[in-house]
Amino acid sequence: MSYAIETRGVTKQYVQGEASTLALAGIDLTVSRGEVVLLMGPSGSGKTTLLSIMGCILRPTSGQVILEGNDVTAMSEKDLPHMRLKHIGFVFQGFNLFPTLSVGENVELSLSLKGVRGRDAKKEAHRLLDLVGIEHKYQSFPADISGGQKQRVAIARAVAGSPVAILADEPTAALDSHTGKAVVEMMARLAHQENRAVVIVTHDGRLADFADRIVWMEDGVLAQVPDRTTDHAHLHATPNSAPVQLGI
Amino acid sequence: MPPLARRNLFHDRVRLIVTLTGIAFSVVLMVVQWGLFQGFSTSTASIIDHSGADIWIAAKDTAYLEQAVPFNERKYYQVLATPGVAQAVKYIVRWSIWKQPGGRAESVAIVGCDPDSAMGGPFNLVSGDAQQLKQPNAIIIDRIYADKLDAHKLGDMVEINGYRAKVVGFTDGIRAFTTSPYVFTTFKRAQDYVVIDDDHLNFVLVKAAPGVDIKKLQADLQARLPDNEVFTTAEFSQMTRHYWMFTTGAGIAVLMAAALGLIVGIAVVAQTIYATTMDHIREYGTLKAMGAPNSYVLSVIMQQAAIAAALGYVIGMTVSLFVVHGASSGGANIILTWQTAVELFFLTLAMCATAAVVSVKKILSLDPAMVFKE
Repeated sequence: MSYAIETRGVTKQYVQGEASTLALAGIDLTVSRGEVVLLMGPSGSGKTTLLSIMGCILRPTSGQVILEGNDVTAMSEKDLPHMRLKHIGFVFQGFNLFPTLSVGENVELSLSLKGVRGRDAKKEAHRLLDLVGIEHKYQSFPADISGGQKQRVAIARAVAGSPVAILADEPTAALDSHTGKAVVEMMARLAHQENRAVVIVTHDGRLADFADRIVWMEDGVLAQVPDRTTDHAHLHATPNSAPVQLGI
Repeated sequence: MPPLARRNLFHDRVRLIVTLTGIAFSVVLMVVQWGLFQGFSTSTASIIDHSGADIWIAAKDTAYLEQAVPFNERKYYQVLATPGVAQAVKYIVRWSIWKQPGGRAESVAIVGCDPDSAMGGPFNLVSGDAQQLKQPNAIIIDRIYADKLDAHKLGDMVEINGYRAKVVGFTDGIRAFTTSPYVFTTFKRAQDYVVIDDDHLNFVLVKAAPGVDIKKLQADLQARLPDNEVFTTAEFSQMTRHYWMFTTGAGIAVLMAAALGLIVGIAVVAQTIYATTMDHIREYGTLKAMGAPNSYVLSVIMQQAAIAAALGYVIGMTVSLFVVHGASSGGANIILTWQTAVELFFLTLAMCATAAVVSVKKILSLDPAMVFKE
């Protein structure tokens, strides 16, 4: 079976001076198209590192990352931006919109980078903003819209160009709970309607209702989801080896 | 493609104004200093360039116009006897002392010429003509120096090296690089003004016969006059310019000021573009995380530099035109040609592109993983 994203025995070791820390210790994880995965765990457990590796931003120390059937770990540094551009959409905690561009232009920029330009880009940007319910703010600038609206724009920008996966890092952290839920609900809807794989790093257990699966991380490994996190019987995680701390 | 570069640049108006002011200042400084260099360089050789001669013959080891030592007029006759010479005139350029009517002394450069020859006479005449130099004690000066020499109108009488002199004409725009204005008179009278023996002269100016190869004539004359220097007009002009501009250090000083303008421009633009880049560093990180190729991210920086360069150039050149115009009426000779203006535009672009290098290096080393760090 071909997954949207697959990690095989991924490790990540950070070395600083004489000390080194194993942030990820052999992660095996698969995410399919149309699936929403919540990546949860305490701070420092390696969630964002894993998300960065899945998004081809960081290279693993060892192991493989397969994106749409392509082994990105075998690719050169030069090829990774193209893989990100083609296959991944990012949603960030701080929205990371371009403040000097209008809402519409933010989406148009993402489309332009992917080769959709001019009238086609405008038309597609209107469609995507309509999809997230904020098309009426096309001409507004990020400073003039609310946090929830900004994150909707960020989602529209992330899905621009039809990437296979949307990777979101704490997308609700800067939002109130009501807005946060609405945003994640929207991402789940997009995942299912548009057949995208969605991975959301979050601390917010209340978002579990919108997930198809929860993956729990602790100390760089996948672990059993604690009972307190959710009572969803269908959610599961893939336990892995124990965390390893290297230090001299 | 949304205009990210332009929007980022215009987003912070205060910073943009600082950037454009820096570039404009740099452009004005370069225009003025380079224009002064051009003006000085032209002044040093204007007598040679306007002489109408093909060849200049001077004493051995002459390096520039005002340095030439006298030599015997026998050489003049040897020149006249050389095949290919259509015309030759005796010529003097040498410093002397001008005494104003009030008694104040000024240094001047006496130019002794033949009023009947088309070579070496006064040019750009605005009153009087060369033939009037045939009058007793007649001289022609440039009106730029009327105040300096205290000779404001035709007929004014002064004293040069103890001899009477009468202003019979004025030229316009014959500037001297040194503080000694040029004073045109006849060759014979110049011998008195500069104290040269009656059978001596400074230069022989030569006009080649039609169809004669100048280089060949130069070689022939040099063969006949081994104890003299035989220059083409272009060679002598270049030597004189080089002497005054580089041997004396005057030109170097002006060029250094022009270079300073360039350096100031680079520093100001580099600082402001770097600050703008750092203000938007997270956005550049986001672009890189999204997968934007380095070429696009760098194009944003370079577009900012180019837009700033173009706007700064327009402002700087507008100010420069006023400065050049004001300077010309104030006595300074700042030359600004359209070629210089075009060259300066590209220099300004290069300056801003160089200034953007620091920002470019920063962006190239930017880790896109920064976007996950709040």
